[in-house]
Amino acid sequence: MSRVPLFLRRLALPAGLLALAWILPAAELLNPYLVQVSMYVGINMILTLSLNLVNGYMGEFSVGHAGFMAVGAYTASVLTVWVVPAALAPWLFPAVLLAGGAAAALSGLVVAFPSFRTRGDYLAIVTLAFNMIVKSALENLEVLGGPRGFLGMPRLTTLPWVVACVLLTLVVCRHLIYSNFGRGVVAIREDEVAAALTSVDTRRVKLYAFLVSAFLAGVAGGLYAHVLQFINPRSFSILKSTDMLVMVYLGGVGSLMGSLLGAALFTVLLELLRPLGLWRWVVGPLLLVLLMIFRPRGLMGFRDPRWLKEEEELPPGPA
Amino acid sequence: MAALLEIQDLTHHFGGLCALSGFSLTLAAGELVGLIGPNGAGKTTVFNLITGVYRPTSGSIRFLGEEITAWPSHRITAAGIARTFQNIRLFKEMSALDNVRLGAFARHDYSLLEALGRRGRFRAEERRWREEAWALLQRLHLAHYAHTPARNLPYGEQRRLEIARALISRPRLLLLDEPAAGMNEAETEALMALIREIQAEYHLTILLIEHQMRVVMGLCRRITVLDFGVIIAAGPPEEIRDHPRVLEAYLGREEPLVAEGGDGRP
Repeated sequence: MSRVPLFLRRLALPAGLLALAWILPAAELLNPYLVQVSMYVGINMILTLSLNLVNGYMGEFSVGHAGFMAVGAYTASVLTVWVVPAALAPWLFPAVLLAGGAAAALSGLVVAFPSFRTRGDYLAIVTLAFNMIVKSALENLEVLGGPRGFLGMPRLTTLPWVVACVLLTLVVCRHLIYSNFGRGVVAIREDEVAAALTSVDTRRVKLYAFLVSAFLAGVAGGLYAHVLQFINPRSFSILKSTDMLVMVYLGGVGSLMGSLLGAALFTVLLELLRPLGLWRWVVGPLLLVLLMIFRPRGLMGFRDPRWLKEEEELPPGPA
Repeated sequence: MAALLEIQDLTHHFGGLCALSGFSLTLAAGELVGLIGPNGAGKTTVFNLITGVYRPTSGSIRFLGEEITAWPSHRITAAGIARTFQNIRLFKEMSALDNVRLGAFARHDYSLLEALGRRGRFRAEERRWREEAWALLQRLHLAHYAHTPARNLPYGEQRRLEIARALISRPRLLLLDEPAAGMNEAETEALMALIREIQAEYHLTILLIEHQMRVVMGLCRRITVLDFGVIIAAGPPEEIRDHPRVLEAYLGREEPLVAEGGDGRP
């Protein structure tokens, strides 16, 4: 088979999705409310993939991912409100998102370095503290609006942008996991000491995992800020981190497909439960408790459909 | 000829407990040396010190002329010391193929960005180590388990998979920690043959911890005996077999039988 058809076939699905994301709202086949929900689904997919890298694949337990998201959201917002000229903003939006991701990745170092020396419950406490530090810092930075929040961002996030970001995130996660580094990440989950003794540079692998994970959460934060056009520190509290945990453990730890599924199901569920008012915030934590008891691996735990995995040919020979 | 591994005066304390004291051992390239001793004598501690799991309280370890005492484990392994474990430590949920490939983690020569973008050296390197791992699985008769999670392999196969994982990094020195533990006689015979074969094929120097005397006596030209963290004897197998302190360590001191009944029944 020639190269071009294969290349085109690979691009067909992403191109199709992008086209749909553009046409459906434009042709008013999707009302603004549904477009909004779809964007939240996409943003949550990115967050879930990001958290799954650390909690699912590496087997650590981060409960502070909202902190990374906050860093990305505030960085991107500051850029579009104060730095980027309004006329250029739509064109520079990808760069703004990347900058948000980069800032979040940098803040990821705060968690990555402690992870060299501690793990499990203790690292979870570090991530919790990180989340609280970020939130408190934002509440006390008057220049960023303090507890009142930060506003004035143009509504730059559109459905095609969200879809593009989800697809890129999926590609990045897949390429990471099905590589030498990804195998190192999983080896750390399975047996960290044995990993070091099979020549895995565990510090480097942890650093990469936290950098990539924080980067993705930061991008999601930038997208989120430019849908809502208003962010405040409370949007990035432990509750937000809990939502991410629910989506990871609902969809399935150590699974790409599970991350997408968990994010979609949970986001839609919360929307459907809107009539419950404040009570719907009980759903997430309650779901988490039930999942931990009855299905700790989630719907797709440690599994992925074949098309999402890397095809690997082995040379012929007696098996 | 320069020594491959040179351990000098190695001492290690766990809190107040002295696990190893004044341990010295030199291995020349191509040797197969046994390290024996009763349970708790400090044998595995020696392995853990060589591979950087513990830092010695004092003493030095030199490998290929370099001081490796303070190196992190992954660097020591990448430099050419591979090991297996007393209680098998495979990556249980990962396939046999991935387990073996992980042994060559340090030798995959591409960057994170090359991996994320699937460009540059990525594809060639992945192919190279995938094929190398596959060849080793075939060599150790594990190829039909290539895509099976390690935890689903039978016990003896798991032991062989650990050896395959150690071999893929092309180590100069292989540390085997009780490879025959839990094996029956036929399996033990096969394992001994395998150890001899891989030593010749891969030009290995091997340090072997083993409880089954048959294995140690059959394989090693030189044996070091530890008891309570101290070397009590070292030499060729024939000498060790009859060494009074070794017999004492394993069987206990002979006391005159006074209190026992005279008919010899227990």
